[in-house]
Amino acid sequence: MAYVAVKGGEKAISNAHKWLAEERRGDPAVTELEVAQLREQLSLAVDRVMGEGSCYDRDLAALAVKQARGDLPEAVFLVRAYRTTLPRFGASEPLDTVNMAVRRRVSAAFKDIPGGQVLGPTFDYTHRLLDFALAADGVLPPQAVLAEEPQAYPMPTIGSVFAHEDLLESDERTEDAPEPFDLTREPMSFPAGRDQRLQALARGDEGFLLSLAYSSQRGWGNTHPLCGEIRMGTVAVEFVPEELGFAIEVGDIIVTECQMLGGSKSSAETPPQYMRGYGLVFGHSERKAMSMAIVDRALRDNAAASGQVAPVQDEEFVLYHSDNVEASGFVQHLKLPHYVDFQADLQSIRRLRREFFQRQALKEAAE
Amino acid sequence: MLADPVVEPHRYERKEWLSVLAKAHAGEVAAAWNALGERPNYQALRSPEVGLILVRGRMGGLGDAFNLGEMTLTRAAVRLDSGETGLAYVAGRDRRQAEIAAAIDAMMQSPSLRQHVEGPVIARLDRALQERRTLAARKAAATKVEFFTMVTGRGGV
Repeated sequence: MAYVAVKGGEKAISNAHKWLAEERRGDPAVTELEVAQLREQLSLAVDRVMGEGSCYDRDLAALAVKQARGDLPEAVFLVRAYRTTLPRFGASEPLDTVNMAVRRRVSAAFKDIPGGQVLGPTFDYTHRLLDFALAADGVLPPQAVLAEEPQAYPMPTIGSVFAHEDLLESDERTEDAPEPFDLTREPMSFPAGRDQRLQALARGDEGFLLSLAYSSQRGWGNTHPLCGEIRMGTVAVEFVPEELGFAIEVGDIIVTECQMLGGSKSSAETPPQYMRGYGLVFGHSERKAMSMAIVDRALRDNAAASGQVAPVQDEEFVLYHSDNVEASGFVQHLKLPHYVDFQADLQSIRRLRREFFQRQALKEAAE
Repeated sequence: MLADPVVEPHRYERKEWLSVLAKAHAGEVAAAWNALGERPNYQALRSPEVGLILVRGRMGGLGDAFNLGEMTLTRAAVRLDSGETGLAYVAGRDRRQAEIAAAIDAMMQSPSLRQHVEGPVIARLDRALQERRTLAARKAAATKVEFFTMVTGRGGV
């Protein structure tokens, strides 16, 4: 095989990066964005980067969005790379989402859910007409309406509402459960436990999970989901420092949680019950939480027993392709130099063509 | 804007004040520290260090734990010249907040220094946190749907 030089290009690369920096800045006559502006005013982009970057830090995610010029998967990559530079102090106590200080909580399945339907700051029921007032200067800051009485917490969950009738499956808690699977320390393994699946889904690409969830609604692995509950709000993160030996709250984070109801399970021993799919993501990200819950529910079907065929029910398919840092890396590595591969392929095809024409010539000579 | 400190009858447990210092905004913690009449000298036992904790959720909301993702966290430990040691674990990457929080934790453990910080710092920060929580809860309550039943005229509900 011929030798192909792959050295060189340092100057071109350095100049390309300088141009990139200039393009990122855009027209210098336009005011430069501050990270705090992104954090406050593009908060849902920040939430997506925190979720898929798998690292809750609003300022960090906002900086990543700025550096990536608004390319969110690129920003996710930056956050994932940054986290590898930090030591890990340990793991939190599991979040208590029942006690969430709810900003939004709706149930599409049950109108009269105790605590009520609290819409919160939602795009739902907006008309999706472009608001040109936002492009104008000097608009007075909008103000939310304040009720006299604050929302009372904790709000009952959809599970608790039907608990006395046992209509929904309840969450099992294992005595002395082992440490949950950690994808950042262990490679994927199959069959995957639900802990491994939920971690992968929580950091999975929103678009991929959305399409999978959609595919299952349309019949590829039918889940017939109903949205039992969506809640978004702040939860305290508790951590036990080893020097203290007791838990302290180290901060409040915003999360979105979704309970999807779908399908029933019953057996000779147990009466029929609604099954649930679960979604939990950093920040305010309903599309992602709902998609995650639908995919979680679909993956809970015993794939082998049900003779599954749909992609959404195939855990290897779902988990191996949900991470956009891996997916983007593998697709995009194709644009890096593959000169040797191509040269090898060319040699191979040239040889095959030579052999083909030799065979043709022999055939013609024989006729 | 913080309200003027008033005498708080509540006596904080260590678990509570460490949480208040962690959840308060970094700027509020620094402002409260700078507003103290006397700030004790201290040495760093552990220089402020930024790291991560793995945040866990529960499958289905109440089941066994799973790993949701990580969050940034900064820790620090100090010793006052008078001997008390304090520590802090605060969300985010603000080293200054962690160091001040550790110093205030040490002061809170000193019978003589505690009075200088329990009301003016801890209670005040706690009140600001509660005000923010109440404000969000009032906005949420204003978006609660009030259902009413439409009368169809056909006798049904």
